[in-house]
Amino acid sequence: MTLTEKAENIVAEFSLFGDWMDKYAYLIELGEESDPLPEDLKTKQNLISGCQSQLWLVAEYRDGKVFFRTDSDAIITKGIARVLTKVLDESTPSEIIECDLAFLDQIGLREHLSPTRANGLNSMVKQMKLYALVFKTKYENAG
Amino acid sequence: MSLSIEYIRSLFPILHQTVHGKPLIYLDNGATNQKPKQVIDRIVQYYSAENANVHRGVHYLSAISTEAMENTRKNVQQFLNAAFDEEIIFTKGTTESINLLAHSFGKAFIGKGDEVIVSGLEHHANFVPWQQLCQEKGAILKVIPIQPDGDLDLEAFEEMISSKTKIVNVNQVSNAIGTVNPIEKIIEISHKHGVAVHIDGAQAVSHFAIDVQKMDCDFYTFSGHKMYGPMGIGIFYGKKEYLEKMPPYQTGGEMIEYVSVDEVTFNQLPYKFEAGTPNVGGILGLDEAIRFIQNIGIERIGEHENMLMNDTLKQLETIDLVKIIGKPKQRAGAISIVLNGIHHYDVATILDQLGIAVRSGHHCAQPVMRYFGVDGTIRVSFAIYNTQEEIDTFVHALKRVIGMFR
Ligand SMILES: Cc1ncc(COP(=O)(O)O)c(C=O)c1O
Repeated sequence: MTLTEKAENIVAEFSLFGDWMDKYAYLIELGEESDPLPEDLKTKQNLISGCQSQLWLVAEYRDGKVFFRTDSDAIITKGIARVLTKVLDESTPSEIIECDLAFLDQIGLREHLSPTRANGLNSMVKQMKLYALVFKTKYENAG
Repeated sequence: MSLSIEYIRSLFPILHQTVHGKPLIYLDNGATNQKPKQVIDRIVQYYSAENANVHRGVHYLSAISTEAMENTRKNVQQFLNAAFDEEIIFTKGTTESINLLAHSFGKAFIGKGDEVIVSGLEHHANFVPWQQLCQEKGAILKVIPIQPDGDLDLEAFEEMISSKTKIVNVNQVSNAIGTVNPIEKIIEISHKHGVAVHIDGAQAVSHFAIDVQKMDCDFYTFSGHKMYGPMGIGIFYGKKEYLEKMPPYQTGGEMIEYVSVDEVTFNQLPYKFEAGTPNVGGILGLDEAIRFIQNIGIERIGEHENMLMNDTLKQLETIDLVKIIGKPKQRAGAISIVLNGIHHYDVATILDQLGIAVRSGHHCAQPVMRYFGVDGTIRVSFAIYNTQEEIDTFVHALKRVIGMFR
């Protein structure tokens, strides 16, 4: 699946919810079922400081694709991080770098990624793109 | 007869709106409270008809601006029952007032090996300036410990104060958990040792009457925006005998009497501490906020808030997952809670969706959070315009939040 297809899937999933309460209930569910990061990966280096909630991001590059893992001490933050990884995970570095996140507007979560929010999600997206850029430079431009 | 809450509410334009489709319930009054129309109008009126720089021009507008500003100084003097109007210094808020104090008092009175006492319940604004001053001067910072109920340990305080202590800094009401501190007792003990006392009144001035002479504090600080006034204006009160011995904080225009390349003489009080063009619009807004409080009566405000606060406490105590942080002997303005197992960010996010504004986080009081072993809380804080219905809606919403995370 391409990144665009994954984004379309998420938009379709969220379109099922009539009101915001159901949407948040789903985000909480996503947060709860998202695998926690092992404690040894919850390092200062992987921490994205969001002031009120803590958010961790780990990225790996395998076979031309980027793999992300996230965790947070706040469940809604963790759920939204899960939405983002559902779309960005297992994509190529170029896809991630070019991704415009318009799907967030469609599912009504864009406000949570405002730089003035105290949850760190905005910095997390920046960090994801930065990882993609680093992997691209390191592994793809060499040859 | 006292004014009805319904009527008082109608004086606040901002309260009549919906947030995420729900009627706004504003319970973040400890961070800043809302402004009645008369305060907003006063600022508009100033810039529409009176604006001019103060203390400088001989022209008409400058004269009326100056007069309005100096009248406010007298009204603040009366509001605090200070002995002299030159003891009232305009600043941009509590934070600036405390930085002024730490800087100028520090320069005049604090040296290597001296001691400064702060309480463990302080906002960072009344903690960090003293910590920095002590580091700079080689002085020692001592902290009055908190007790499990959220009150300060006065016995420990009596043991730590000594002839080396130069100043004691305590807030009258804790912003983090709502404790009303026994400042009369703290001032009495300090004065027995000849030590100056500064009271941070940021969370007190909108809840009860202040009388700095009766209290006998040496310094008192607060912000206009936490008492129905505008942001960007605050007060630094100091006893004249201290202020006269303290050097200026900032230098520049207004505060100079004579200056040449080689020498300068500073203006008299209060201007010595008011460098640069003051926030005249803000000062006049504060004046109007004082009038608003006095029209309703501060006792009436306190009674109404206490009624709501006690009812909230009672309702919260019946909810299983709710843990109320601290059980101080006397409480004002705020209640801090944690929901066991649910992050404060999650709680505040859902409450926001329900139109309810509360504060979540560490409330700029990380040492307090650390003492209670939490990284943040949900704080509900009250004002005169809050209603019983809003409290019931809030408690109901909180139960709904708990249901969502189960
Ligand atoms: C007890 C206390 N002190 C100081 C401050 C700082 O006030 P300001 O930000 O208005 O300078 C606050 C604000 O929250 C406070 O609650």
